[in-house]
Parts: sequence; C-alpha cells; structure tokens
Amino acid sequence: MIPPAFEYHRPQDVASAVQILAEQGDEARCLAGGHSLIPMMKLRMAAVEHLVDLQDIAEMQGITTESGTIRIGAMVTQHELITSDALASAAPIIREAALQIADPQVRYMGTVGGNVANGDPGNDMPGLMQALDATFHLHGPDGARDVAAREFFEAAYMTAREDEEILTAITFAPHAKGYAYEKQKRKIGDYATAAAAVLIEKDGMVAGNATVAMTNLSDTPVFSEAAGAALTGTSCDAHAMKAAIDAMLNDIDPTEDNRGPVEFKRHVAGVILSRAISRAWDRA
Amino acid sequence: MNDMSPTREERVEKLKGLGSSRKRVEDARFTQGKGNYVDDVKLPGMLHGDFVRSPYAHARVKSINIDAAMALPGVIAVLTAKDLEPLSLHWMPTLAGDKQMVLADGKVLFQGQEVAFVVAEDRYIAADACELVEVDYEELPVIVDPFEALESDTVLREDLEAGADGAHGPRKHHNHIFLWEEGEKEATEQVIDSAEVVAEEMVYYHRTHPCPLETCGSVASMDKVNGKLTLWGTFQAPHVVRTVASLLSGIEEHNIRVISPDIGGGFGNKVGVYPGYVCSIVASIVTGQPVKWIEDRMDNLMATAFARDYWMKGKISATKEGKITGLHCHVTADHGAFDACADPTKFPAGFFHICTGSYDIPVAYVGVDGVYTNKAPGGVAYRCSFRVTEAAYFIERMIEVLAMELNMDAAELRRINFIKKDQFPYQSALGWEFDSGDYHTAWDKALDAVDYAGLRKEQEERVAAFKRGETRKLLGIGLTHFTEIVGAGPVKNCDILGMGMFDSCEIRIHPTGSAVARLGTISQGQGHATTFAQILASETGIPADSITIEEGDTDTAPYGLGTYGSRSTPVAGAATAMAGRKIRAKAQMIAAYLLEVHDNDLEWDVDRFVVKGAPERFKTMAEIAYAAYNQAIPGVEPGLEAVSYYDPPNMTYPFGAYVCVMEIDVDTGEHEIRQFYALDDCGTRINPMVIEGQVHGGLTEALAIAMGQEIAYDKLGNVKTGTLMDFFLPTAWETPNYTTDFTETPSPHHPIGAKGVGESPNVGGVPAFSNAVHDAFRAFGLRQSHMPHDHWRIWKTANDLGLHG
Ligand SMILES: Cc1cc2nc3c(=O)[nH]c(=O)nc-3n(C[C@H](O)[C@H](O)[C@H](O)COP(=O)(O)OP(=O)(O)OC[C@H]3O[C@@H](n4cnc5c(N)ncnc54)[C@H](O)[C@@H]3O)c2cc1C
Repeated sequence: MIPPAFEYHRPQDVASAVQILAEQGDEARCLAGGHSLIPMMKLRMAAVEHLVDLQDIAEMQGITTESGTIRIGAMVTQHELITSDALASAAPIIREAALQIADPQVRYMGTVGGNVANGDPGNDMPGLMQALDATFHLHGPDGARDVAAREFFEAAYMTAREDEEILTAITFAPHAKGYAYEKQKRKIGDYATAAAAVLIEKDGMVAGNATVAMTNLSDTPVFSEAAGAALTGTSCDAHAMKAAIDAMLNDIDPTEDNRGPVEFKRHVAGVILSRAISRAWDRA
Repeated sequence: MNDMSPTREERVEKLKGLGSSRKRVEDARFTQGKGNYVDDVKLPGMLHGDFVRSPYAHARVKSINIDAAMALPGVIAVLTAKDLEPLSLHWMPTLAGDKQMVLADGKVLFQGQEVAFVVAEDRYIAADACELVEVDYEELPVIVDPFEALESDTVLREDLEAGADGAHGPRKHHNHIFLWEEGEKEATEQVIDSAEVVAEEMVYYHRTHPCPLETCGSVASMDKVNGKLTLWGTFQAPHVVRTVASLLSGIEEHNIRVISPDIGGGFGNKVGVYPGYVCSIVASIVTGQPVKWIEDRMDNLMATAFARDYWMKGKISATKEGKITGLHCHVTADHGAFDACADPTKFPAGFFHICTGSYDIPVAYVGVDGVYTNKAPGGVAYRCSFRVTEAAYFIERMIEVLAMELNMDAAELRRINFIKKDQFPYQSALGWEFDSGDYHTAWDKALDAVDYAGLRKEQEERVAAFKRGETRKLLGIGLTHFTEIVGAGPVKNCDILGMGMFDSCEIRIHPTGSAVARLGTISQGQGHATTFAQILASETGIPADSITIEEGDTDTAPYGLGTYGSRSTPVAGAATAMAGRKIRAKAQMIAAYLLEVHDNDLEWDVDRFVVKGAPERFKTMAEIAYAAYNQAIPGVEPGLEAVSYYDPPNMTYPFGAYVCVMEIDVDTGEHEIRQFYALDDCGTRINPMVIEGQVHGGLTEALAIAMGQEIAYDKLGNVKTGTLMDFFLPTAWETPNYTTDFTETPSPHHPIGAKGVGESPNVGGVPAFSNAVHDAFRAFGLRQSHMPHDHWRIWKTANDLGLHG
C-alpha cells in the first residue's frame, strides 16, 4: 500500500495546470481530493509520475446561483455540497445524494469534479448530473469546451475528457420540485448496490417532465430516458411505476461482484427506483 | 494512635476492588494518541522489510531473480528460501504440529504467500524493490473447496511423505491432515437411528478474519557485541515466542528479550508465529542492524491467520416431547495450506467438543477431518476459545432446526433440555466437566426482559400481514443460550508446543504501600492494567490506583502462556489472587508481631488486620509494608513480595442468554436490529463497566461475522475481500443498541469465582444474529441458510422461498 515515487505540482491557475498536463502527457494526472486516485496509486494500479494538485486554483472553487444557472466549481468538496444553503434551496437533490456518499471523512476531501471526472460507475455524482442534465466545462490546450453530462461517460473510467483537459466547473438549472436520490449500500463508506436519481415536474394532477438515472448498474451511469417517459402524463401509480421499472431494467446491465449476483441487482434496482419515484412524486 | 476515620465504606470505596466500575487506566494514553505500538518503535539505523507475495494460489516457483531489486539504491538484502535453508529456517514448525514455509520453497500454496523478503533503508524503497523482484511461476491446479481437496489427485503438500502419519495420526488422503474424534460413535448412531425424531442439517460457519485494527509486525534488533536479541512484536504470547525463537535460532533463551508493547487488538490473529517475525530476526542477524516489518491491511487479511471455515454436518435426535437423546457431528475443517491452528497440542479441533452446548445430551459423537486447500493458513480462535464459536453456532442452529422438526417453540425446547442447576458439576457426553451454571434462571430472566410471548404474538401478526400483502418486512426473534469453555488450561491436558498452559503473577509491594505486579499475559485492549489491579486491591488492601500492572516484557514478567481463549482472568487472574493471598499471609505475621498478638487473633478487614474484638487495634497494609522493609522481625525475611504460578484444576464455563429482534426487508435483503438483549454470566464480576465494554465489542464483532464479514475466494484462489471496502468492519452506523444484563454464578474452583467474559459475546452473538435471520423465515419453511447474511444472501433466501411473487 505504498505508491511509487512521483513528482508533485501545485499550479495556481487552470492555464498552468493544463500546461503541465500537456507537457507530461499520460504520465501526469490531476489530483483533486485524492480519494479515488490515491488508493489506486497505493495499490500500484495507477502509475502516476506527475501529480498535478488542483487545490490552489481559485477559479475551480465555489458555488454560485445566478440567473437561473447553478455553477459548482470542480474543486468543491462533497462536504461543501451538503452545507451550501444556495444548493439546498436551488437543488436539494444534491444534498440528499451527497449525504449518501461514503462517510464524513471522505466527503471532506472528495470533490464533485473528481467524482465525475473519475468515470467510476460506482460514483454517485455522474448519474445525478445526468438526471440534472448538467453541463461539464472542460479546459484544454486548445481552450474551453462544454460536454453534456449525458454525453460524457463512455465506459468504466473512460470519459469524453481528453488526458490534458481539466474539468473546471459544472452547471445546471434548478431542478423539478419532485426529487429523490435513493441508494442501497452494504454499509457506511460503501458504493451503491443500486442507486436511483429521480426528478418529477408536476403538471396539474399528473407528472410532466420526469427523469431517471441509475448508478452502479452498468459500466457507466444510466440515464434512462424511457423510464422517465413512462412516468410523464401519469399519476405515478402502480401501473406507471411498473412501466418505468421495466424501461429502466432494459437500460441497465449490471455485473456480479461482492455486492451480489446480477439477478439480485436487477431486483434491487427495481425496488430502489420505485422508492425514489414514490418519494419524488410525494414531493412534486 | 490509630485513626478510626475513614469509615469502612470509605475504605472499601477507595480500594476500587472487585465489583468496582473503575475507569480504565489505559485509556488516558490511548485516547490521547500516546500509546506505544510496535510501529512506534524506532531505533537508530533501523532497516525496513517488505514481502514479495505470490499472486497465485498454487504455482511452482521456477526461479527468482533478485538482481534488479538489489541494484536499486537503498536495498540492503533480498532473502529467499535459499538464503534461509542453511539456517534451517526456510520452514518453521506451526503451533499445530505441522510445518509452514517461511519463504516459498519450490512452490506457493496460497495467494499472498511470502516469496521473498526485501530489506531496505526505508519503507518506500522496500516497496519499490518488491516490484523489481522477478519471480517465474508455473501455475498449478487450484483447490479452494475442502470436499474437492479430499477427492482430488492434485497433491498440495508435496513435502509430506505419502502415507505417513501426521501430527494427529493417520492421514487418509494426500490432502487430509487428521481425523480427530471424541465421544461414542456407535452408541450415538444407534440412538439416532432408533429415535422418534431426528433433525439433520449441514451448518457452515464461513471463513472470516479477526482483522485487528493494528496489523501484525515486529522489530528485531540483534546486538552482536553482547549476543542479545531484542524482539518487539504484536505477540499475544510473548513468552512462547521467546522460547520458539530460541529453539529455532539456537540463541540461548536468556539472550532473547521479547517485548509486546501496546497491542491494537489481537482477537487470535496475533497468537501464531508468522514468516515476517522470522524474516525480521534473520535479517537483523545478517545485517547487524535493527529490522522492522509491519504488514499493511491487505497483507493482514490475505496472509495472516483466518478463523472458522468449518462445514458441520449434524444430526440431533429427540423424543416426540422434545427431550434430546443424542447428537452426532462430522466436521470438514478447511485449514488452508498449512495446519497453523493455534490450539492446545492434544486438541487439533480445539474445544469443539463443547458442542453439546447448554443441554443435557446423554450421548454424543464428534469427528473432525482437517483438510488442506489453497487458502491462507490459520484457524485461530477469533475472539473465542478454541473452536468454541463454531461449536456454539452448530448446536444453536441444530436446536432451531430440531424445534422446526418438532413443531415446537425453540425457547421451550431449550428450557426442557438445559442442564439443571443441581446437576453441576456436570459431566458432558463429550468429556468436559462443567463447573457451575444456572441456565433456567438466566433464560427466564432474558425471556421476561424482552417480553418473549409478546414478541411471538407480534411475529405471528406480522406473518399474517405479510401474507395479506400489507408489509414486505418480516420479524425474526433470534435466541441463543450458549455455554463457553475458557481458561485453558489444566497443564495435565493443555499445552502449546509442549509448554503447559499455566499462568503467573509476581507482586512487589513497595515500602510506602503501593505495588507493582507483573503477569505472564498481555492485554490487547482487555484492560488488564485496570482489572488485575482490582483483584489485587481486594486481596491485599492496597488501592487499585496504587498498583501498577505490567505485562509483555519477557525480561521482567514471569513466564506465562499469554492472552487468548479468554484465559487471562481464569488463569492469570487466579495467579494474581493467589499471589495476593501469599502477600496477605506474610502481612498477617508481620501485623501480629507489630500488634503483639498471635496470628490467629487477627482478622482481615478491607485494607488492614484488626485484633479480634478490639477494632481500635489494627495495622493497615501500608503500615505493614513499611515494617516489612524497615523493621527486623524475628523469623521473617525482609521485603513483601510474592509469586504464583497457577495451574487451573479445570476450565471455566461462562454462559449467557441472548435475544436479537430483527426486521428483514425481503425485497432488498436489508436488516434492522430493533433490539438486542445480552445476559452474561461470567461468574464473579470484577469490573462491571469493563464487562459491558467487552460485551459491546464482542457483540459488534459477532454482528460483523453474522451479517457480512468474510474472507471469500474465487475458484482461482484469489481473495475477493482483501480490503476494508469489501471486508465488513462495522462502524457506529451499523451497530445497534445493546441492552446488557447479568446473573452471577461463581466458578467453584477459581480463587475469586471469575470465569472470563471477553469472548462470550462473540460466541453467543453470532448464533443470536443468525438465528434471528432464520427465525424471520421460519414460517416459510427455511431450515438453513449460510452466513454471512448480507443483503444478497438474504434476498436469495427470500427468492428461493418464493417470496418475490
Ligand atoms: C472509502 C471510500 C468510499 C467511497 N464511497 C463513495 C460513494 O459511496 N459514492 C461516491 O460517489 N464516491 C465514493 N467514494 C469516492 C469519493 O467520493 C472520491 O473522493 C471521488 O470519487 C473522487 O473525488 P476526488 O476529489 O477524491 O478525486 P481524485 O481521487 O483526486 O481524482 C479522481 C480522478 O479524477 C481525476 N480528476 C479529479 N479532478 C479532476 C478535474 N477537475 N479535472 C480532470 N480530472 C480530474 C483525477 O486525475 C483522477 O483520475 C469513496 C471513496 C472512499 C475512499
């Protein structure tokens, strides 16, 4: 559990960080909270010769809510997500989800940027960002570009981000009134056996726009458009619920691991989604 | 003139003797980060060792190339089996009469096995150098299943002569270690064959690991000038380590000093001798510099001693009315690659034959087949006496299964089969003499406390509601009445590597009336410095706060067999009381001289000897101590010291009644423990608060084992649960509230009647949690589902019973 030697860099702005990444190529990696990367280095599963610590970069900090857009700097910690009053009113699902990540110690260190950039299908923020239809802001040697969260995740640990690009911020609009983040895990500090993010906008007596995203049930987060669509126009009754679950089950592709066999995960995914829909609908 | 104040009550209170909930004296340093653990030992010029470990569970080692590693600046040495062979240290004896490779000799037999030992100037270089050692492996077929091992042509232990007997008799197959039997086989089979009711079940107690928070490690320092070896380490039995180190190394025992400093939990994991200890010693001898070796978490989980892994096939018979008539058990015991169990020599399956439990069973038989597989060696008593947890789990599951067979309430079935109070001392069918007990009283108290009848009614209603589709949660009531066997043990039948399992205490009273006492045991969190001082306080009248307890340094402490198997209080605690009594006997002579009366005219009163009938005439222990050193007393040697080596006449048999009430979500497999009631009877209670702490800790470990903790392997012998992400260690979040309670049935043969408690909660807790899970599904016909009862396994149980529609 001791990593090989590495060079440590601590740039003060995004441009210098990008420059180091560009110079060192794939021998360099960003360090955010370190709570995914450092364990990998200690296990010698990630060989990193140059570690580019992003913690001094002011432009990657802070949460703002202006003119209908919420912006979260990539270096904002999960703990800050939980304690932010601005988020609590504009996007309470973030707090609900962040409280279910790991444990307080991890949340003091782990960042929202690291959580999504890592591309680990076990992480909770990617699915959540897909449900929110968030935009990821990247900075590379060629300047800035935006990628939609729903387009970002390609496979386990593979994302649309290029090696020499940095994720600087995430933006999204305030979400629907009906929301829920539901997660089953084996114990504190564990990744999800199955988790569901659900947002439901009420349109009169029925559900209007509804979104569903699932976590740790495929090699990427699963934004299930069909599951959301199955709820739209319904009163989220048992029938609609079943249709949404069936649609979701078509989209996920879990694998067996210590959390259990595929059959079990599929069953739990259904239960978790139904609980999330019920809670979101109650709040809608 | 003697001062009559303070009052007797005040003096008793000041003593903080037996029965006082005195605060733990150790905690000030632990809670302030001022403990001194092995990794805190830092010596000038100290080198650091690390292991190259096998990635394969079974492979031939064709070659090892150390050149690249040696070329790394800062690397001092890379040891392989070839280097240890001239010293005959490439293999070492195990505590179970087998031998074990120190470094891979021709092949590897489990994943994580030690292949080469790298010694470097710092810990980082050592880790880097490990990666540079090139080992050429040829993979061999892997066996992780003990039943398959006994059928397979693959020979795991090529070093053992085919057909030759092992340490415990004939081996019937090349992967077989021993068959150990106790009881009357034929008579038991006859009873069962002709019984009115028989329940039969395979009960598996899965492989898990003690996982102490502090991993194992050692620092060896060979002083070549004086020929002295000092060894600091995580040793639960430092004196035995000294003797073994002397026998293995040829260094005379007086030239070896073994020190167990503070130990961050042992739970059986730190009883055995590990390759790391041997390699650090050899490396220090070779380099002439101190060498430190500290495991990381993955090393610890993968390579050091596991616990359990017992497949227990049981048959229990009874009359139609539920009176048990016989018990038959055959165990297939997976010992891994080497037989490295830590059991008394004559008991290769430990005290598993306590498996008749709390019940009066007229005839019984146990047979245990030990088997080699491609898994880590071990088989230690994880917070229990030797294989007692397995035994308790077995009988408490069999009772539940029998209750189903009889269609009877499991609490009632237990009640009609308990050994009765007036049957003690009780001879069990498998050869033990239970010292004392009052099971019915404890049982009734427990059932009353939880309103057992009310719970059953609620459960019935719940099942009905579930069947009507009104709830998806079931209610389980987990019952356990366990009997432990601890305090190994009488030297006539208990030894480890030939050393009798007595223990010891040496006391010195200082002239001003304070004292130091040293014992052959070693605390790993049990609080010996607190509780042993209390025993002495009550025996000698010196306040516990004025007594220092020291353990773990073989140069200063008297020889003892260490701390495991809940033996410290039963054995060393007894030695402490006996040594205290020797002090008091001498003190009485001195007091008689000082008071100018005959010895027999004095009586003991809390902290002093008083002239009978003249309460104003007395001498306190402090006054007596002063006189012992400063006054010439005819016929009495100066000084006030005593030593006692205690060979217990029998084991002690703590018992308890536990009830666990659990809610189970049949859809997700999640559980919630609504109530846990634990009644423990550990005989005389030395410190109720320490007992409560021990019970909370033991129950939490039991919760872990029953509900999620395991060392799991895949078919290739890869450890699937090698980090704390997958190996379950409960935190406050998963831990329920516990209600503790007690009855007090002293041991008749122990000087203060104490029996030991540290392990009871694990022994009784595991079946209580597991029975709760089973009980929740009893109405749907569940007889047996294997632990750990994690989410997916509970879900699978529900699924197999058709509860998911
Ligand atoms: C015990 C434990 C339990 C956990 N449980 C959970 C859980 O239940 N749910 C969950 O979601 N997470 C969990 N985590 C992960 C935790 O939330 C991580 O902290 C998080 O996933 C990564 O964030 P980080 O800031 O630590 O990133 P780091 O570990 O520093 O980085 C992760 C990866 O992302 C890259 N990276 C980081 N920031 C950027 C950036 N701004 N631009 C480009 N690349 C970047 C790094 O180069 C690295 O490859 C757990 C972690 C631990 C140790």
